[in-house]
Amino acid sequence: MSFRYEIRLSGEGGQGLVLAGKILAEAAAVYDDLNATQSQSYGPEARGGASRSEVIISDDEIDYPKAVSIDLLLALTQESCDRYYKDLKKGGILLVDSDAVNRLPEGEFRVISAPIIGLARERVGRALVANIVALGFIAGISGIVSEKSLRSAIEARVPKGTEELNLTAFATGLAEARLLMKN
Amino acid sequence: MAEEKKIKVLTGNEACAEGALAAGMRFYAGYPITPSSEVAEVLAEELPRLGGVFIQMEDEIASMGAIIGASLAGTKAMTATSGPGFSLMQENIGFAAMAEVPCVVVNVMRGGPSTGLPTLPAQADVMQARWGTHGDHAIIVLAPFSVAETFDLTVRAFNLSEQYRTPVILLLDEIIGHVNERVTIVDPGSLEIFNRIVPSDPPDQYKPYRHTESGVPPMIAYGEGYRFHVTGLAHDETGFPTNSAAEIGRMLERHHRKVEQARDHIVQVDPFMMEDAEIGIVAYGSTARSARHAVRLARETGKRVGLLRLKTLWPFADEEIRSYIGQVKSWIVPEMNLGQMAHEVEWALAGSAPVTRLNKVNGDPISPPEIYQIIPG
Repeated sequence: MSFRYEIRLSGEGGQGLVLAGKILAEAAAVYDDLNATQSQSYGPEARGGASRSEVIISDDEIDYPKAVSIDLLLALTQESCDRYYKDLKKGGILLVDSDAVNRLPEGEFRVISAPIIGLARERVGRALVANIVALGFIAGISGIVSEKSLRSAIEARVPKGTEELNLTAFATGLAEARLLMKN
Repeated sequence: MAEEKKIKVLTGNEACAEGALAAGMRFYAGYPITPSSEVAEVLAEELPRLGGVFIQMEDEIASMGAIIGASLAGTKAMTATSGPGFSLMQENIGFAAMAEVPCVVVNVMRGGPSTGLPTLPAQADVMQARWGTHGDHAIIVLAPFSVAETFDLTVRAFNLSEQYRTPVILLLDEIIGHVNERVTIVDPGSLEIFNRIVPSDPPDQYKPYRHTESGVPPMIAYGEGYRFHVTGLAHDETGFPTNSAAEIGRMLERHHRKVEQARDHIVQVDPFMMEDAEIGIVAYGSTARSARHAVRLARETGKRVGLLRLKTLWPFADEEIRSYIGQVKSWIVPEMNLGQMAHEVEWALAGSAPVTRLNKVNGDPISPPEIYQIIPG
């Protein structure tokens, strides 16, 4: 039986969600030998506004590249959480930034709340890398792509000279997620 | 392992740029516009490295003019745009058709009319690609449905334009242009590349618009020592304007014949589960992906549904659709416009089977469940 895993990364323009989605897709497709697509939705404005990036991972052909029944939703703003949680499938995972999202929705899904942006700012030293911290969380929570593949994809994709910073961000998110999953 | 298999994750726009380079395109002129800009972005970086030329023009009218000039000078040339830019290119597309100048025009479709929906998908330029420029003219239009196929059809667009001396339009939509997808990179040396046929006549006997049997006159590049005239006016074999009804008729007849008699080579469809289908879906571009998924869902419930996917939009796949008369009892045509291809399907079937249209023009893609829901039975 083939599987199809749908991830939506949502927040606002400038948070690097498109890049994070592309890294996830590359980790799965190039390094884990799966099929993957990444697509995005954004408005006509140059920055700001709602942003969303979707990644579909499957061991089969991917017909429709958009999410219809989400396995994992990342919400980095209250607005994106309010707007998209209804698209989660039964038993899906809602991962939110605990500082940005304080009104949590209720439903038949699991909520994981963690200070993603705060960790990027305080532990890694740059709020800018919150997208990569989020990737660490996603790897730790879902296990859908391997740690090794994600590391390779991050190194290959982030701007030259920022590899170490981004790998630290990834390791930070991954460690936190593993702690959370133990409890 | 990833190295050996050369697997990459690319967008359709990136694959289009890579395909053009693999086909030998070395001249790009364009004016950036969402959702096509990444085509220009990649080529601005790559073309200078390969000794090619990248020019950002003042607008799309000039872009089209520049690629016509480059092609006449012997270089494979391309431009890429979206709806508003495509409108501006129409006059010069007609010039390329009339003067039989090979070139490739990429239109990554977004919602219209006017500036419309810059970041959202549509398939509303299908008729404009066919009839956007004035006057009866032959044209070839291709529409890929995946990133990998965007690479292949870009190469094919150049091959067809070189082989038939005609502009070829590659219609992507925003979803195909922007989706990142896994592709296996092929060795460029393994690709079949067609280069325009050059004349064997000496310069004093060369006729740039010779009436050959294939309908395609051999073409020499400017600067090779041959002197010839190129015009958008109706012309005779020498390329100079004529008002002779016989000459004009002969020329226009040849323009159409060269594409029509090659239609079996040009027209490509991809049937999916059509062997025993009683319900057929005709779709193209990103909508065909939703349709294929809907077919899989419907097959699970025992419905005999298939998808006839169009890879070539023009010339239209009328014969391919008619080949299912008697077998397919009803058709569905989903498209992100108000029924531009559905009309052609109805015309091809001439009332022999009902056609249900599924149209959406609000910037949202057509999802698999939306198609699945209207499959009868």
